Amino acid sequence: MAVADSTSPVPGADFFLKGESGRNTRGLLRFLILLTIAAAAVAARLFSVIRFESIIHEFDPWFNFRATKYLVSNGFYKFWDWFDDRTWHPLGRVTGGTLYPGLMVTSGVIYHVLRFLTLPVDIRNICVLLAPGFSGLTAFASYLFTSEMSDSPSAGLLAAIFMGIAPGYISRSVAGSYDNEAIAIFLLVFTFYLWIKAVKVGSIMWAGLCALFYGYMVSAWGGYVFITNLLPLHAFVLILMGRFSPRLYVSYTTWYALGTLASMQIPFVGFLPVRSSDHMAALGIFGLIQLVAFAYYVRAQLPSKQFQTLLWASVFIVFGLAFGGLVLLTVSGTIAPWSGRFYSLWDTGYAKIHIPIIASVSEHQPTAWPAFFFDLNMLIWLFPAGVYMCFRTLKDEQVFVVIYAVLASYFAGVMVRLMLTLTPIVCVSAAIALSQILDTFLIASQPSEPAESKTNASVLPEALPATKAPLVGIYSYMAKSLITGFITTYLLLFVLHCTWVTSNAYSSPSVVLASRLPDGSQHIIDDYREAYYWLRQNTKQDAKVMSWWDYGYQIGGMADRPTLVDNNTWNNTHIATVGKAMSSREEVSYPIMKQHEVDYVLVVFGGLLGYSGDDINKFLWMVRIAEGIWPDEVKERDFFTARGEYRVDDEATPTMKNSLMYKMSYYNYNSLFPAGQATDRVRGARLPATGPELSTVEEAFTSENWIIRIYKVKDYDNLGRSHQEAVAFEKGNKRKKAGKRKGPRVLRVD
Amino acid sequence: SSSTAATPSTLRAQDFQSIITHIWSKYQTHTPQRVKLIDTFLGFLLIVGVLQFAYCVLAGNFPFNAFLSGFGATVGQFVLTASLRIQTNPENKAEFEQISHERAFADFVFGSLILHFFCVNFIN
Repeated sequence: MAVADSTSPVPGADFFLKGESGRNTRGLLRFLILLTIAAAAVAARLFSVIRFESIIHEFDPWFNFRATKYLVSNGFYKFWDWFDDRTWHPLGRVTGGTLYPGLMVTSGVIYHVLRFLTLPVDIRNICVLLAPGFSGLTAFASYLFTSEMSDSPSAGLLAAIFMGIAPGYISRSVAGSYDNEAIAIFLLVFTFYLWIKAVKVGSIMWAGLCALFYGYMVSAWGGYVFITNLLPLHAFVLILMGRFSPRLYVSYTTWYALGTLASMQIPFVGFLPVRSSDHMAALGIFGLIQLVAFAYYVRAQLPSKQFQTLLWASVFIVFGLAFGGLVLLTVSGTIAPWSGRFYSLWDTGYAKIHIPIIASVSEHQPTAWPAFFFDLNMLIWLFPAGVYMCFRTLKDEQVFVVIYAVLASYFAGVMVRLMLTLTPIVCVSAAIALSQILDTFLIASQPSEPAESKTNASVLPEALPATKAPLVGIYSYMAKSLITGFITTYLLLFVLHCTWVTSNAYSSPSVVLASRLPDGSQHIIDDYREAYYWLRQNTKQDAKVMSWWDYGYQIGGMADRPTLVDNNTWNNTHIATVGKAMSSREEVSYPIMKQHEVDYVLVVFGGLLGYSGDDINKFLWMVRIAEGIWPDEVKERDFFTARGEYRVDDEATPTMKNSLMYKMSYYNYNSLFPAGQATDRVRGARLPATGPELSTVEEAFTSENWIIRIYKVKDYDNLGRSHQEAVAFEKGNKRKKAGKRKGPRVLRVD
Repeated sequence: SSSTAATPSTLRAQDFQSIITHIWSKYQTHTPQRVKLIDTFLGFLLIVGVLQFAYCVLAGNFPFNAFLSGFGATVGQFVLTASLRIQTNPENKAEFEQISHERAFADFVFGSLILHFFCVNFIN
């Protein structure tokens, strides 16, 4: 904008605006604008650090943080071979082979570079501020990418500022959100930039760089599959459009050969690029492009038209045969079929029926319309206009924008989380559309009337206005200033919206809960850390903690205790075991907990405070996941009343009332209230007059607002009784006619 | 009717033969010496790749990473060399205006270095 603005008619300014020094001025302005954008991108993400403190948010980042600490303190090779025996308790986790190491290695490198520069920064601060730092780079990458797409001088800068502050990207990259996406979006956009550059120039160097950054992207995020399928699709569409060129051959084959080998270096990926269906599109196009290139070469040597058609026919037959072979290999099982996570993007009902653990994550739900406007504001309606502009000048790189836009829109519609991959292309197309408008309306000088229109007018009679050559161009200063004013207003509103959304929706840490007191001052509820630090300081170093998988990473990160299950949901059966222990009667749960050497059980209970993300609300997912493995022992139907309601009050079903989760959540809860007045603020239910009783576990810790409750699993009874009998004995309940009745006794077997 | 069907197919076969010989003679006369050298290298890579693949089919793919890196090295080197051939072909000058022959060769070296680094790393 500022660049286009600077064509002012002041004569003295000509020195700075025209010729060689004009280019320097524009370069300087460009540099300053990009610098400002980077600063704005970083600053917009610091709300949570300034308001609260510099800590890691959410759940997944706690594992990344823990892994980074391990990397920094033990070195790279130990990190690569790290067997973590403090998660998935009896099993452990081969961490080196089951994670994407790019994020940790990046922050490890930054840590060591800063040390080398004698700036010893704590690794926690590097982890917290990594995402804002990389968002500045993302803005720069989208500047480069858009500059390749559009001739307009302002498109790249507009895309950069959009990308810098669009809430769709900020939501996953605020300070403290130390997740894979923090660096992955930068790598995504930059890889695409290098790809476009490679296709345009047809150089091995750009394609090789693209492959290197693709390798880096593979090491950083599982979403690399998007690139693996998008680039072949681009190449395929270009071939179908008859736009095959030697440049495409050079860039695609170089990218595929180098990029595939690069991606196989990551242990978590391993042989997947040759074994799994997700990657077969790239391989198929690689084969096809060889055929097409060969046909292209032979065709140039031949005069015969007839033979050319034969040649193309044979190319298509070979392609069909290869495709059939691929299908056959997939059916026969040599090539792994689509993994559930990706398959559920196509068959949107699949996860809900077959893999409840995928469907249970809130990020995997379809997106509602307001979310698009909330996350992208005015960009979402400029987006189709930008895609349309790309259709008008359909060059190789514009085809890429169109394909990316269509695919990413579909995926963002299926899954909330994939809004993240949509955001870059929305920013790019919106910038293309907006820069077109600005280029038309922001030029102060009037377009000169074409000379031939006058001659035409003199020849033809004046009476017919339709016969005049139409004058295309904007002449009125009024129209120009009006449109420019509107656009400027929209841009300002966009900035306001982005800041507001970032400040209010996306900058709250989930570890501490903030609430407002009646006088407007802030009240921090810090029960999570209170409980985790209690665990850290008051339990044995190797005390195993059982909780639902959501809290696994946080317990590992903050409490530093071994857990049974965590957010890396690689073993569904183990999670179902925990679900069964939580949803069964104590008599059933106790042996399970003993078999898994559980010392403490942690539940989250929001009934006192009205904190809705608690374990009772997640309870049905535990039941469903457990039911998937043990359909005879855990039944979802039993947790509903006869009328099909999920209740926790007097009318709750016996199965519900006897489940370990219910008992642990509401244990002693009545004691907080006057008799018979106990209410659950989340469910809005009045609880039964007598609270549940626990026999196999005992309360060890309850946090200030009762959000986290920790129970200690009792040891076996000294006298060999069951815990229920022992509790009954302690209470003095005498068994009726204990001695006299001849129960169904069995023989003693020695 | 069988004889009428046979005549076009034999014609086609003769056609095919003549076309092959035509291409071959044209290749012999019109291709520069340097490009022929590249083509020899391409043929060598093709043979090495086929041999590796045949061995993998016959003897099994037990160290699969070794097979992949060996085979990937030949395939990668093949496409890089083919790219070099395309880029230095005078007929494609219009497509590659920005790339001089020296630049194309430097790019080729750069790509090959990356390729071999990854292959050596992957072969263990």
